[in-house]
Amino acid sequence: MSLESLICVPVLLPLLAAGVKLAIGGRLRHLQAFISLGALCVTLAVSVVLLVAADRNGPLVTEIGGWAAPVGISLVADRLSTLVLVVSQAVTLCVMAYSVANAYDRQEHDAPMAIFHPAFLVMVAGVSDAFLSGDLFNLFVAFELLLSGSYVLLTFGGTESRIRAGATYTLMALASSMLFLIALAITYAATGTLSMAQLAVRFGGLPEQVKLLVELTLLLVFAIKAAIFPLSAWLPDSYPTAPAPATAVFAGLLTKVGVYSIIRLEALLFPGGPVAGLLMWVALATMLVGVLGAVAQTDMKRMISFTLVSHIGYMVFGVALSTVAGLAGAIFYVVHHITVQTTLFLVAGMIERRTGTTSVNRLGGLMKATPLIAVLFFVPAMNLSGIPPLSGFLGKLMLVQAGLGAGGWHAFTLVAGSLVTSLLTLYAVAKTWGKAFWRLPREDRVGTVVESEEATGEEPTVTTVALPAALPLSVTALVALGLTFTVLAGPLSGLAQRAAGELMARDPYISAVMGRQE
Amino acid sequence: MSISLLPFLACGALIAAGVTLLLERSLVRVLTGVIMLSNGVNLLIVTSAGDAGRPPFVGTAGMADPLPQAMVLTAIVITLGVTAFLLALVHRTWQLSGTDEVQDDTEDRRIRLRSRRGELSDAVRARRDAYRRLVAEQRAELAHLEAEQAERERLQEADLEQRISRVHTELEEWSRGLREEGVPEEELHRRLEEAGLRAEQAAMDNEERIEQLRKEHTRGREEQAARERDLRRRLKARQREARRQMRAAIREERERQALAQDPELEGED
Repeated sequence: MSLESLICVPVLLPLLAAGVKLAIGGRLRHLQAFISLGALCVTLAVSVVLLVAADRNGPLVTEIGGWAAPVGISLVADRLSTLVLVVSQAVTLCVMAYSVANAYDRQEHDAPMAIFHPAFLVMVAGVSDAFLSGDLFNLFVAFELLLSGSYVLLTFGGTESRIRAGATYTLMALASSMLFLIALAITYAATGTLSMAQLAVRFGGLPEQVKLLVELTLLLVFAIKAAIFPLSAWLPDSYPTAPAPATAVFAGLLTKVGVYSIIRLEALLFPGGPVAGLLMWVALATMLVGVLGAVAQTDMKRMISFTLVSHIGYMVFGVALSTVAGLAGAIFYVVHHITVQTTLFLVAGMIERRTGTTSVNRLGGLMKATPLIAVLFFVPAMNLSGIPPLSGFLGKLMLVQAGLGAGGWHAFTLVAGSLVTSLLTLYAVAKTWGKAFWRLPREDRVGTVVESEEATGEEPTVTTVALPAALPLSVTALVALGLTFTVLAGPLSGLAQRAAGELMARDPYISAVMGRQE
Repeated sequence: MSISLLPFLACGALIAAGVTLLLERSLVRVLTGVIMLSNGVNLLIVTSAGDAGRPPFVGTAGMADPLPQAMVLTAIVITLGVTAFLLALVHRTWQLSGTDEVQDDTEDRRIRLRSRRGELSDAVRARRDAYRRLVAEQRAELAHLEAEQAERERLQEADLEQRISRVHTELEEWSRGLREEGVPEEELHRRLEEAGLRAEQAAMDNEERIEQLRKEHTRGREEQAARERDLRRRLKARQREARRQMRAAIREERERQALAQDPELEGED
């Protein structure tokens, strides 16, 4: 079995596991958990192997169905795709562990659990497919795959607020899918191919206007997925209502799939186009508008959702610079942000599980009540706002250096904007921390208790529900992953640099895919 | 190759209708919009394959491009699945709320609340301004009345003085006439004394009248001031009442908002 055939594993294995779990149904809980976790472990291991191979030998390509590259669908594993694949698989594994732990002691959630895991796995398969896809139409299919999984997860349980949020989310996603199809039709009519490598070659011979039309349409689609400012209003509206593990994966992965697609689009298909200037302003607006929204929120989940929108701006900033350093910064930031954002949403979920609320106006004294959760919140929160030794700081530093290196007043404005955003993020996070964790507990600040066994009720303390031990364990693993990026920042940023170099060179990718033809 | 315009027009019409329906609030219409939109887009993909009417598989030279057809098939299948999901969503919405309209979200409601609060305080401010204007007008009128009163008094005093001086001159003329007639000095003095007494009497009467007028005037001013004080007190009471009502309304609105918000914001896990 050659290394190339391993590329389909991250796509096929989760799909297969989802099918098996649907067949099993609600029975055999232990087997269910084993299958989900096992499948994700295997895909993680395969992704690591692919990353090492792609870093050593250049892009790996496999052709699905045996059709040659421009006609058939190819899966391509280069440095960028395998890097984000490894991080996304590690994160989904932790989230899966969290949701398994979350559900185990709740007998009444039996029936929906039969749906939750398959939907989750289908979504993971879609995410992997989107990262590995070497073909625009396959990218569309990957989007649909991950979206259909996310529709189910977002409306999980069918409560009124989730159905309301689901309607917004589904329609938004559908509209962007239709736009994607229109873009594909235009592209095919103009070039006669949808294979990215061949497109990269053929776009060179097209008139500027046609190129710009295709680029802007595709950019619009990916910007909706990535929640970039004028198109970001759907995200804080729909994410916070979903169950915690689902929101965590959405926040960590689905928006990053959009960012990943923008990186591919800008670096591979349209290098050095006129859109970079536009992207800079969009990045600035995304950063500032998002973080101002975060400052205004009183609900923890909504606050984190707004910081998510805001920090997407950093990655777009890196892409807009269109230099190797900028792209490397963006890639490093994607890796860091997937982990941190997911962790924060999971911690918010833990807080909600323990106290019954995430509204900071009703929380208080969590520092004393649950020091473990306090630590688990504090580390990624500081990481997000870019406090020095952590990877968030390093990512921002790479971007700022790239911005200063690129020069020009556009880039300087962006650098200033990114610093302001970082400061405001710290303010928003510190506000939440001060209210929910440091403030003294009081009768009316205590979260309403869901079937609390240990509520003494005598003195005003925070009454909470005990958590299953595996829950904080999975989150701790994620926090540790985030800290690993800090410790291994040197090799990681080296890898990001190499990935960015490979992207900007374009040749390795194109020749790896097209080379098979001869 | 010549391009037929008809498929493009059909695409445009379908997509336009779909987008229009997509902007509706009713989810059933939105669903119809999605279906039309996807049909329009699928037609666009088929059109992008080139001329119609060529065989899909046979031969090589005049063969139609099979790739867009494969893509359209995939797209149709995906749209089918999503449409089914959307239909379930519509049904569930109808089950839960009895309508199929998309409700406003929390942020919308908050913004509306804020604007309503702004409108309320604007109204209060406008009412307060109107009261102030009223008070100012009444004060101006009062000042005007006072000035008129003072003017009238001044005129009366001047009139009196004129009359007194006229009496004096008459007196002098009269005594001169008498002297010329050769009336003895004693007689003259006696008559003069009499006349002086009469004049003094008249002057005293005048003084009394002035005093009386002054008193009346001060009484009138006091009454005016009392009326003004009363008016101001009433105005203040009314303002206080209005402010109290506004606060109560805002508080009530906030509570309603909090009640409406909580289940929304706390998605149960």
